[in-house]
Amino acid sequence: MLQTALETKPSQETKSVRDIHLSAFRFMLLARLLDDKLAALYRTGKIHGGVYLGRGQEGLSAAVGVSLQKGDVFAPLIRDAAGRLAFGETVLDSLRTFLGSAHGPMRGRDGNVHRGNPSEGLLPMISHLGAMISVVNGILLARRLQKKLGTVGAACIGDGATSTGSFHEAINQAAVEKLPLVLVIADNQYAYSTPTSRQFACDSLADRAIGYGVAVQTVDGTDFSACLKVLGEAVSRARRGSGPQLVVANFLRLCGHGEHDVPDYVDPELKNSPLGRDCLEVAQEFLLKKRWLDDSQLAAMKEEFHHEIETAVARVQREPAPDPFIEEWCAVASEHLNEGNIA
Amino acid sequence: MSLTYLEAIREAQARALRDDPRVFIYGQDVGAFGGAFKATKNLAVEFPGRVLDSPISEDAMVGMAVGAAIEGMRPIIEMQFADFSLVGFNQIVNQAGTMYWRTNVPCPITVRLPFGGVSGSGPFHSQCLEGLYAYYPGLIVLTPATVEDAYSMLLEAVALDDPVIFCEHRFLYYHLKAEKLPDEALPIGKARIAREGRDLTIVTYSAMVHEAIEAANELSSEGWEIEVVDLRSVKPLDTDTIVASVARTGKLLCVGEAWPWGGVTAEIVSRVAAEGFGLLDAPPQRLNAKDTPVPYHPNLWAAHRPTARSVAAAARNLLRQ
Repeated sequence: MLQTALETKPSQETKSVRDIHLSAFRFMLLARLLDDKLAALYRTGKIHGGVYLGRGQEGLSAAVGVSLQKGDVFAPLIRDAAGRLAFGETVLDSLRTFLGSAHGPMRGRDGNVHRGNPSEGLLPMISHLGAMISVVNGILLARRLQKKLGTVGAACIGDGATSTGSFHEAINQAAVEKLPLVLVIADNQYAYSTPTSRQFACDSLADRAIGYGVAVQTVDGTDFSACLKVLGEAVSRARRGSGPQLVVANFLRLCGHGEHDVPDYVDPELKNSPLGRDCLEVAQEFLLKKRWLDDSQLAAMKEEFHHEIETAVARVQREPAPDPFIEEWCAVASEHLNEGNIA
Repeated sequence: MSLTYLEAIREAQARALRDDPRVFIYGQDVGAFGGAFKATKNLAVEFPGRVLDSPISEDAMVGMAVGAAIEGMRPIIEMQFADFSLVGFNQIVNQAGTMYWRTNVPCPITVRLPFGGVSGSGPFHSQCLEGLYAYYPGLIVLTPATVEDAYSMLLEAVALDDPVIFCEHRFLYYHLKAEKLPDEALPIGKARIAREGRDLTIVTYSAMVHEAIEAANELSSEGWEIEVVDLRSVKPLDTDTIVASVARTGKLLCVGEAWPWGGVTAEIVSRVAAEGFGLLDAPPQRLNAKDTPVPYHPNLWAAHRPTARSVAAAARNLLRQ
């Protein structure tokens, strides 16, 4: 009934909420299908190095991505394919990095999830993920010094990174400087194989916020609609100048740490609990029930994404690999100070 | 007017702040207090909003600098002591050191490390970390030995498009004076012949340059003329100047205040052996600190690191070969 009313007289706000949900869902689905393809490529030995998937995290991830605007900063974690796509990264650049194309943003010098484009506000993570938060802080501080206001920075970490000194130093730093940082903790119950009971002893990671003097919201990470609401609010509060915002999302990782990992350590009870719901199925059900999407549209969307991914894979597989003989082997921008070729 | 090495560092920062709106300083106690050594004295007043106190968070300090640098700024980070930079080590070597190579986006940060010993500082306020940082790709590591170099090299460091580890020696802070600041200087990457000689080359850097010169003066009275090469920059290393000096003298002694395992002196011996083996009339020698933590008591400290006396003794042994 509600749906009929909305369709006959869509208010601007309602339309916008619908569009945001549909937009987020598109990125979730595209990310899931891209992940599935990466897993398949990994199994057939086409990928150098590891593959890390975002299964179960697409809802939260897409919510972060669609809440940000052009000009904002995004430091994703390894399971943020959906958020990256929403922030403007292309399927092509993702595949180029996983498949080692010389045309990719990292030119074969770094791979898989360690990709980004700092000039576009997308930071390429180092493996010590907590270390990315203060880098976002630095961009935000620079913009304050440059009197460029109105942008925010989002950094995403998992439950594991909250145990690092970098996390503590950076969230405290952001609070001291009152920076427009949105720090998202994806608590997916396991850091590689370590359960949260061996990671921290507080009831919820949200409890930490008070110690840093930052605002916090907790959200069900399996519910993309709730994630959109909470992230949307957190981003706009940060943008308005309310200082750092912590968001803690709870859900279960629906895959291994990487595709090399058989996650037989995951507690079956968690799998069967509400935390174990697949956010993509939840989102699909939500949209179908709302009639914001129907089965044929969904099928068409899948078809469109399959085509996009397959086309991109075919293209990337024809691209050249990096050539060690033309590689510059120079790690410094000041080329006259290079020692890279000294054996 | 005479200036100390420390004042030269302060003046270089003042000039960088004056000349370049992208420059700002971030570190512990650097603001109104002017820094633990007063290297930023009055700068917070002269340049409001650009000299910022940080929490005691070396990791986040460097991370902050990296972010600001990729956003177009030129941050100068003051580590209160070089030893404390190890808390930010990961950010320096893995974040700053890899940024340009991975992304093609330069990371122009200057990390100032007050380093090296003065008597009474003990194991955690005395360390020499230049070899550690030089080991990592993507970093420039500077070790000025004079007031003039402290000034000109710090200015050049801030202007470079790369992360620079600026090792400023605490012993030299108050110890060295110059009459005026230099108008021109050798570029980064070039070593300097601090003293000319014909019988033996001592290659060294930072505070040890002065110990080496003192030793050379002592040996001069014994009839030996020692050439002293001041590296100025340990990364990149000016191998050409070193090898050219060894070509003149035929003998090499490398002196460093750092620990003996690996490091700058070992690197020099390795390069001279590879590129100038035939120039050597005797096996190349190294003199470093002892392989223990830096001791607190003056008696122990003075024996822990090389001094003019131990440098002269090592040189004599080599000259007799």
